[in-house]
Amino acid sequence: MASSLDELKTAIRKALPGLDVVIAWTAGPDALSHAPLFITEEADVARIEWDPRCSQNLAGYLPGLRGKKAGIVAKGCDVRSIVELLQEKLIDREDVVIFGLDCQGAVDARSARAALGSSRGVRDVAIDGASVCFSVNGEPRFFSPGEVLQSKCFGCAGADAGLCDHFAGERGLPPQFGNPPESTLERLEAMDMEERLRFWETQMSRCIRCYACRSACPLCVCQDHCAAQSREPHWVDQTDHPREKLMFQAIHALHTAGRCTECGECERACPMGLPVMTLKRALNRRIKDVFDYQAGIDPNQTPPLFEFREVETNIKEREW
Amino acid sequence: MSVTEGKELRIIGFLCNWCSYAGADTAGVGRFAQPTDLRIVRLPCTGRINPLFIVRAFMNGADGVLVSGCHPRDCHYSEGNFYARRRLETLKALLPVIGVDPGRFEYTWVSASEGQRWRSVVASFTEQVHALGSMPRFMSGTSLDLCLRPAVQPRVF
Repeated sequence: MASSLDELKTAIRKALPGLDVVIAWTAGPDALSHAPLFITEEADVARIEWDPRCSQNLAGYLPGLRGKKAGIVAKGCDVRSIVELLQEKLIDREDVVIFGLDCQGAVDARSARAALGSSRGVRDVAIDGASVCFSVNGEPRFFSPGEVLQSKCFGCAGADAGLCDHFAGERGLPPQFGNPPESTLERLEAMDMEERLRFWETQMSRCIRCYACRSACPLCVCQDHCAAQSREPHWVDQTDHPREKLMFQAIHALHTAGRCTECGECERACPMGLPVMTLKRALNRRIKDVFDYQAGIDPNQTPPLFEFREVETNIKEREW
Repeated sequence: MSVTEGKELRIIGFLCNWCSYAGADTAGVGRFAQPTDLRIVRLPCTGRINPLFIVRAFMNGADGVLVSGCHPRDCHYSEGNFYARRRLETLKALLPVIGVDPGRFEYTWVSASEGQRWRSVVASFTEQVHALGSMPRFMSGTSLDLCLRPAVQPRVF
């Protein structure tokens, strides 16, 4: 990855004079996840980091930078979020320069911390096919991808190099990992209906209503006009009740239905580690089955809920 | 005049003004016997229905939700029910994940003249919901109560 990093830095140095800002990653306060870096001067380019700890999807910053010339460093999955923003005309293609990267997988900081016991002393992370190696105080520690990587990496569609203006590294096949960890959706499907309700009751009782999931979501563009804060209609009340918190998750899922690219930012940002992407996964799966549509593939497509067909081939209506 | 035996359940019907609401009226004018569990909310069009209406209805204690509008191609506003069909079909994926049995939610099309069809839709949907029984409720109290539940149990030293 070192060579990709050098390639990336060279490309950014070259493009920077024509740009107001370039968003990349740099070493953050936590040794297991890199923080965003907003580059406006060439001296900052040296601080860029690129390794599996670059988990954050930086695309969420783009709508706020509209009107400025912005460069963005993006993994394959992040490009899908950018496609979605372009599709909804929330950003302008001519103002965005995309620096694509050959991602081999991204670390899930929470599970990595649990696996390592602590994030202290982690100097480097490298992925070599079937194992993830953390060098902790000079000693290598190996884990399987299922233990420490983000769940979205198992089913990675690879880098959409077609949309990237620059690409650092090899435009090879996406990483293939076997044995994905069991998803919350699969766990839920093994339960009966009442158990599912109780599952959410328990999970949501831990929610602190910080709305980090909303702030982190690259597609939550309503921000201050969110339905969750509206008093008329009063979708969600102020009581500290799991029902209201689950209602917010239903709002988030339905407002991103057909748009969500499963970038995983909501779960990554959640300070309580709640499986809040589960509802969005379920909706996406349905949308794939019924409308044969996946979000974030083609900037010229229309999201399925923004259009209709008079005869819907995959919808089987009930006969009464 | 309850047609279904036993405890009455709470079923919410979201009906479009132009077809199904008039269809329900036709059924009433025709004096067809119907189960009385359904409470109707009249809307201008099924396209007005935010899928969150249905989610909120279940969270507020509904045991079933029925949506009915004009037949496709008959919408008063030309295309409202086409959008509604896509939204409601998508919603069907969300409800089972949060613990609402798929049988508790249905959508259908009933025109203003189809009083008999309305009767059979209401009767069979009510029967279907009764077979599932009342919806499991969220516990009362706040998250804190739930978090503290193990703590308030008497400790044995």
